[in-house]
Amino acid sequence: MSLTGIFLILFLVVHLAGNLQLLSNDGGQSFNVYADFMANNPLIQFISKGNFFFILLHAVVGTGLWLTNRSARGGQGYAVKVTKATNTNAGFAKNMWFLGVIIFVFIVVHLAQFWFQMKFGEVGADVVMVNYGDGDVKDLYALVAATFTNLPFVIFYVVCMVVIAFHLWHGFQSAFQTIGWNHPKYTPIIAFLGKAYSILIPLGFAIIPIIFYLNHA
Amino acid sequence: MKLTLKVWRQKNAKDKGHFETYQVTANEHMSFLEMLDVLNESLISEKKDPVYFDHDCREGICGTCSMVINGQPHGPMQGTTACQLHMRHFKDGNTITIEPFRAKAFPVVKDLVVDRSAFDRIMQAGGYISVDTGQAVDGNSIPIGKETAAKAFDAAACIGCGACVAACPNASAMLFVSAKVSHLGLLPQGKVEAKRRALNMVHQMDEEGFGMCSNVTACEAECPKEISVDNIARLNREYIGAAFTADEK
Ligand code: HEM
Ligand code: SF4
Ligand code: FES
Repeated sequence: MSLTGIFLILFLVVHLAGNLQLLSNDGGQSFNVYADFMANNPLIQFISKGNFFFILLHAVVGTGLWLTNRSARGGQGYAVKVTKATNTNAGFAKNMWFLGVIIFVFIVVHLAQFWFQMKFGEVGADVVMVNYGDGDVKDLYALVAATFTNLPFVIFYVVCMVVIAFHLWHGFQSAFQTIGWNHPKYTPIIAFLGKAYSILIPLGFAIIPIIFYLNHA
Repeated sequence: MKLTLKVWRQKNAKDKGHFETYQVTANEHMSFLEMLDVLNESLISEKKDPVYFDHDCREGICGTCSMVINGQPHGPMQGTTACQLHMRHFKDGNTITIEPFRAKAFPVVKDLVVDRSAFDRIMQAGGYISVDTGQAVDGNSIPIGKETAAKAFDAAACIGCGACVAACPNASAMLFVSAKVSHLGLLPQGKVEAKRRALNMVHQMDEEGFGMCSNVTACEAECPKEISVDNIARLNREYIGAAFTADEK
C-alpha cells in the first residue's frame, strides 16, 4: 500500500504540473504539444503502463486489506463506539477504502473521457487535429474545454478532488509510518508536507475545471 | 449518584447476547469496578446471575479489567485503566453503556469477559529473551544510553490489556506487539534475537486473526499506558529489515 501510494503521490505532482499548462493563455498550444510529447515518448509510455499497474495493484491490495480487517473486527460490532486518533483524522483513516473506491470510479470516468478518446477516438468525430507548424497534433485542449462547459462534470471533478484530499490527508503520512520512517526530526516535516500536499495538489486539479467553466460556459 | 447501566449480557461463547438495563446508586469516590461490585451485590441478593468481568490488581498494572465504557476501551479518561477510573468523572443521572472488548481474536467467554490468550501465544512466539542473564547484576554494569533506556522503559509499560485491539477499527494488535518488540529489542540482552522475534511475533499475530495496521492511531489514543505509535514504526523497520536479512528461513 505504502510503496504504490507513494508512487501515486509522485505521479499526481507530475500530472498536475502538466495539466496546469491548460491555464496558459495560448489557446491550448503548449498543452497540446505537451500531450503529444507524452503520448509518443517511449519512456513516458513505459511509466504510464507502470502507473496503470500501480493503481490496480493499490486498489486490489487495498481491497484485500479492507476485507481482512473487516473480518478481524468480528461479527458483533459495538453498540457505542468512539474512535479518536492522535495524529491523523480518524474519519478519513477509517474510511480509506470507501474514499479509494470513489477515487477508482473517478479514474475510470476520467480515463474514458480523455485518455480513451485520445488513444482510440475517431479523428474528426471524437478528436480534431491542430497544427502549430510542427506536424498535426490531437486537440486535447478542445476536448477538455468541451467537457468542462458541462456543469455536472465540473461538480463531479471538484467533489472527487475533495475525496482525494481526504484520502491523502491520512495516506501521505501513513505511507511513511508503514515503511518505518518515524523520526523526531523528520516526522513533523512529513506531517506538514502531507497536509500541504493533500490541500494544494487537489486544489490545483480542482481549479482547472472551475476556471474552464467560468471562461467558456 | 444514580446511574442507568446498559450492560452486555451473554451466557457463554455460543449465546447471542443482549443488553440488559440496570439502575445503580453509586458514589463518586468509587472506582468503576467498585460501582459494578455494587450492582453485582444487589444482583446476587436478588438471586440473579452477577455481571462477569475480569479484574485482578485494581491498581492499573495487571491489564485484566477489559471493558468498553461508552464506546471507549477503559472509558473516557486518557491513560487510565477501568479499575482506576473514578465515578467522579460521570454525572448523576448518566446512562453508561458497558460492552466487552470486541475482536475476532478476542471471543467473549461470558458477559464482559473475553479470551485474550491470543496475546499469550504471541508472547510465546518471541516475547522473551533466551540469553541467561544470571543473577540480578549491578544496574550500571551494562551501560545503556539514557534515550534508549527511556524508550525501552516506556514500551515496557505495556500491560497487555488489549485495549489497542478493542479500539482499532481493524482489530490490529500492532501496538501491543510493537511495544514488546521495542521493549526487548532496544536493550542489549534482547538485541540478539531481535530479528527472529519481530518475524515470529508478527506471524503469530496474523495467525490469531488480528487485523493489519493502517495507522489510524486509535490505539495510541486509548492505550491506558499511553504507548506511542512510534513503536509501530520501529516494529515495521525491524520487520522489513529482518525479512530481508534474517539468518534463518
Ligand atoms: C490518486 C490516487 C491515489 C493515491 C495518490 C493514493 C494514495 C494512498 C496512500 C499514500 C496511502 C497510504 C498507504 C499506507 O499507509 O501504507 C493509501 C492508502 C489506501 N488506499 Fe489509496 N491512493 C489512491 C487511490 C486509491 C484507490 C483507487 C483505491 C481503491 C480502492 C485506494 C485504496 C486505499 C486503501 C484501502 C488504503 C488504506 C490502507 C492504509 O491506510 O494503509 N486508493 N492510498
Ligand atoms: S499497548 Fe496499551 S492498549 Fe495495547 S495492550 Fe499494551 S497497554 Fe494495553
Ligand atoms: S484490574 Fe489490573 S489493571 Fe485494572
